[in-house]
Amino acid sequence: MSTRLSSGGRLIDRSAARDFTFNGKRLTGYAGDTLASALLANGQTLMGRSFKYHRPRGVVASGAEEPNALMGIGKGSRFEPNQRATTTELFDGLEAESQNHWPSLEFDVGAVNNSLAMFFPAGFYYKTFMFPRPAWKHLFEPIVRHSAGLGKAPKDRDADRYEHFYAFVDVMIVGGGIAGLQAALTAGASGARVLLVEQTAHWGGRAPVDGVEIDGQPADEWIKSALQTLEGMDNVRVRSRTMASGVYDHGYVLAYERLTDHAPEMDGPRHRLWRIRAKQVITATGALERPLSFAGNDIPGVMLASAVRDYVVNWGVSPGDRTVVVTNNDDAYRTALALHGAGLAVPAIVDARATVTGDLPEAARAAGIRVLTGTGIASVKGKKAVTGVTLCAQAGEGAVTDEIACEAVAMSGGWSPVVHLWSHCGGKLTWDADQACFRPDHDRAPTSHDGKPFVTAAGAADGVLGSADALASGSNAAVAVAEALGLSATASAPSANDPAETPMEAVWIMPQGAGPAKRMKMWLDYQNDVKVSDVRLAAQEGYESVEHTKRYTTLGMATDQGKLSNINGLATLASALNDEIPNVGTTTFRPPYTPISMGAIAGEARGDVFQPLRRTPMHAWHEEQGAYMEPVGHWRRPYCYPKAGETHEQAVHREVLATRNSLGLLDASTLGKIIVKGPDAGRFMDMLYTNMMSTLKPGKCRYGLMCNENGFLMDDGVVARIDEDTFLVHTTSGGAEHTHGHMEDWLQCEWWDWKVHTVNVTEQYAQVAVVGPNARKLLEKLGTDMDLSAEALPFMGFATGKIGGFNTRVFRISFSGELSFEIAVPASQGRAFWDALHEAGAEWNATAYGTEALHIMRAEKGFIMIGDETDGTVIPQDLGLGWAISKKKEDYLGKRAQERSHMTDPTRWKLVGLETVDGSVIPDGSYAVASGTNANGQGNTQGRITSTYHSPTLGKGIAMGLVLNGPDRMGEVIEFNKVDGTTVPAKIVNPVFYDPDGEKQNV
Amino acid sequence: MSDVSALMGAVAEGRTRVEEAGLAGMITLRGDLASAKLIAAVTGLAGVEMPGQREIKTGDDKAVAWMSRDELLIMVPHEEAEAAVATLSTALAGEHATVANVSDARALFRVEGPHAREAIAKLAPADLHPDSFGPGEMRRTRMAQVPAAIWQSGDDQFSVICFRSVAQYVFDLLALSAKDGSEVGYF
Amino acid sequence: MLILECPCCGVMADETELAPGGEAHLKRYGPGSSDEEFEGYLFHRVNPKGVHFERWRHANGCGKWFLAARCTNTLEVFATYSAQTPEPPQHVIDAIAARRPNWSIEA
Repeated sequence: MSTRLSSGGRLIDRSAARDFTFNGKRLTGYAGDTLASALLANGQTLMGRSFKYHRPRGVVASGAEEPNALMGIGKGSRFEPNQRATTTELFDGLEAESQNHWPSLEFDVGAVNNSLAMFFPAGFYYKTFMFPRPAWKHLFEPIVRHSAGLGKAPKDRDADRYEHFYAFVDVMIVGGGIAGLQAALTAGASGARVLLVEQTAHWGGRAPVDGVEIDGQPADEWIKSALQTLEGMDNVRVRSRTMASGVYDHGYVLAYERLTDHAPEMDGPRHRLWRIRAKQVITATGALERPLSFAGNDIPGVMLASAVRDYVVNWGVSPGDRTVVVTNNDDAYRTALALHGAGLAVPAIVDARATVTGDLPEAARAAGIRVLTGTGIASVKGKKAVTGVTLCAQAGEGAVTDEIACEAVAMSGGWSPVVHLWSHCGGKLTWDADQACFRPDHDRAPTSHDGKPFVTAAGAADGVLGSADALASGSNAAVAVAEALGLSATASAPSANDPAETPMEAVWIMPQGAGPAKRMKMWLDYQNDVKVSDVRLAAQEGYESVEHTKRYTTLGMATDQGKLSNINGLATLASALNDEIPNVGTTTFRPPYTPISMGAIAGEARGDVFQPLRRTPMHAWHEEQGAYMEPVGHWRRPYCYPKAGETHEQAVHREVLATRNSLGLLDASTLGKIIVKGPDAGRFMDMLYTNMMSTLKPGKCRYGLMCNENGFLMDDGVVARIDEDTFLVHTTSGGAEHTHGHMEDWLQCEWWDWKVHTVNVTEQYAQVAVVGPNARKLLEKLGTDMDLSAEALPFMGFATGKIGGFNTRVFRISFSGELSFEIAVPASQGRAFWDALHEAGAEWNATAYGTEALHIMRAEKGFIMIGDETDGTVIPQDLGLGWAISKKKEDYLGKRAQERSHMTDPTRWKLVGLETVDGSVIPDGSYAVASGTNANGQGNTQGRITSTYHSPTLGKGIAMGLVLNGPDRMGEVIEFNKVDGTTVPAKIVNPVFYDPDGEKQNV
Repeated sequence: MSDVSALMGAVAEGRTRVEEAGLAGMITLRGDLASAKLIAAVTGLAGVEMPGQREIKTGDDKAVAWMSRDELLIMVPHEEAEAAVATLSTALAGEHATVANVSDARALFRVEGPHAREAIAKLAPADLHPDSFGPGEMRRTRMAQVPAAIWQSGDDQFSVICFRSVAQYVFDLLALSAKDGSEVGYF
Repeated sequence: MLILECPCCGVMADETELAPGGEAHLKRYGPGSSDEEFEGYLFHRVNPKGVHFERWRHANGCGKWFLAARCTNTLEVFATYSAQTPEPPQHVIDAIAARRPNWSIEA
């Protein structure tokens, strides 16, 4: 059983106890512990169950690469699943629960999957999807659904907050080990703007654990002084607990800072996502130790040798009284020596290599530790915990030569440089046969906007494993980067002690001749339960590409993204294919390096600031009135203003009738308003609109249609000519920005010699539509210096003057068919003007109306609405708007497209009005059915609904729609489908239902 | 007449303070920025030098900012805006130039305090490092999801202009970013 | 996430300040053009793996359109330049040729 040692632990503070719970059990650790070290210190080696077979699993690593010890941390609004215990810093009150088991970690019903392993081979999902098909729906899906998913999704709204931060640096250095620190020292001295990040809370990486001495002093001392130097540099910033998660195009780097995970009581954001632009990036991200593939290598107690060393040295934790070390390299001997130094037993070091003569093995021998060369592990004994190992000759097939009782196994298969960040943006790798690893190929680095390399690897991340070499590598990387930036830096690195080492030997399977029974117990990917046998099966079934094998077996597809398993998996595949590892290649490294929170990605964009809501100057009034708001683009507009006890439908009908019968007020501020001015403005307007705008007289308004170059109707609205050179373009509410952009596009990119300016003044004005038979009386009551009579200011005229003391521009335009004045005032006076209209209009029951009443009234008049009658495939000719298309103009945007054969096809569906025979309302989106079926056996159609309402004015259902030969079929009754399979009969009529002669508006 | 700004002077207090600065007169001028007539009209009205690319020239109560190669933003007291539009329009008669009062189409914020620069750098993808961005420059960029213009208007003070309709959004963003306890300590 | 220098305001603009506008230097065909010409103008785009001329607008910035010559494969940016030109200017062609000796504008 694992336990806390009586002394030691360079990162823990034994005077500061920390209480926490694991699956409800109260446990105690120390400040400086990780959750994993604290659990081990409490004898909790079983930390979770695997994903597929629910096998018992213990912690295998001590850092970001951990595949097994995933926990649900926190509760309620602060619960988060799949947190690695190895990177979770312990704090008082931490609540952790293990995952993937039911009903309990100790007794898991799902572990039955383990005995059914032969039925869950590689490609299990694909095979069950395929055959027999009914089995998926009725047999496999229910089982898989029940057990699928890693951890539980949080149910409550996240209580924490998150943010982004944009930083622009010359040099971004990733990794606070000795190579990264030295790189920062050298780069900092060049004067470059430097940002150094380290994913853990501690600096120095492995050096202090490995007993490295730098410049003759312990690594910790050098690290401390290097940090002090860096913190004293104005041009250098250092951040711990900050993980560079991805390197992207043109030097874009994301870094994930965890601010309060270790201390939830702290104020402020929980995570901060740094969005960095770096001219140069140095990846000093270290290396990860590889597991060895031997039977039973997933039993709790089997750990990476470096992790065992970390637990002993950093946290004063014993993995068990007796630890067998198994290795193919010298580095693992450091673990044996550390265990020995802590007073723990190392019954044997099992080394696959035939002869071992390095300084470290010699030191182990001198310490009296038994070193067995040419030996491998035949199998690990134990179920929920290691009880021992059997040994065999590495060269053989696994005949047991010896058996050793132990509680832990420390394994090392060599080291793989962390090349993720190098690779994210296209950096290529080269196979290093001596160290049996992929490392960055310096000649094929990622390139930036200037076509030049912008990522440089340093230290172990570059395959440089010795301390002295790593320090020099950091400094050299910084010198190269400074030169690329046009700065000068001097290479200088301190000395460090490195023992002489025996070369490692690649060992991909132990023993090398292991048969199928053993291969079925050799785990490659602990998290996704992929074994050596699965990869071999995939190869056998023809999945020869590494990318295919990955997806077929799910190797490396879990939350750890195969940090421990990828290279071993590749080697297994290569061996099954009788090919070389570099020919098999790697899968693609994709960000993030380790998972980052959804909150960090969203940053500030949640709650009130999830997205910008655009508010008119009268917005507060609408809210005070309890308006039901609807989105129109990013605007929020009142849909209707329900009174107490009123349904929305009742409110809308009341608003329509009040407006038609007396006086309605609409907040039309969202209407787009764009000034188009210049000597060529008329010419430009003629190109923008389908009709002739250059002939519009100053002081007059004209309705116009705007198409895109495809000929499709894009926007519509009323244009007012202010003076000879100046037009005021009104656009739809959602269309102002788009239309303004459209204008600028043509002016800047096609007709740049035309003298035309545009200014978007949409928000300069609040606009109110004063509508209804009493509209003029209201304005006159408020007092005006304008003559608003029908004679002086007729329909489609406009005037500028004062109303009730407000500076206004009054447009005689109507979207309702009633007498209507649209009045613009400066936005800063919008609310006051709105209030004044209501106050003075009370005697006529002035009624605020919303967008739905607006829509109904325009439909009653047969006016089209962009987005209802149009959908990006409709041309003005479809809508009976031929009158608004100039025949005289040689050109306008969309004209040529409207001449294409499909656009002039007489069978294009055309706009008509529709009246239901029974007075009901045709459902939105309904199609007109036709006889027969199409080639796919679907019923034929002959039209579709574009707008449909109950008309309170007419007391019946009215609609507009596009119908085959519609305008030629007046009076014909056609059927519209309903979702229940029945149809509604409707008569084809003129789309102008109300006041066809315009008598109401022209008064 | 009670003219009101979008948020009527809302304030978020803290070590870094965010304030909606009320109504300001703002005039868009489009035209040939090299025209002697235009330069004379602008500098004469505002009493400051003509700004170059991305510059903002600030006087006692007026300022002129370079918006684009053919556009300036002229800032005057709100009550003077209409008169300034008239003055400029008259002075530029005969030129191809467009003068528009956009005072009420905008909202203006001041962000002040030791971490003001950082609060803005949480929202804008622009290099705001003091070596790259200092007094005299106006940077047009985005703040989260909306366009904005930013300049340093004091030792520890930055000014932000956005569209009036999104004033509440921008205020909320700035208040959140400036919140005590969320200091980055980067600049 | 590209970074492009806006030739109008001089800012090295993050892609999130920019709006893309597709292929540059299209010749507009209006009324009177043949069906083939119009189809080519409206629908045919080159989509090369390599040197590409494209339109960008500094939408969250100075608002101006500009053009970029860029490698769609490596994302190298050879030049950004004024949108007020019907074809790539010589200095842009030279900048591309310096980096892609085998490239020619006809390709």
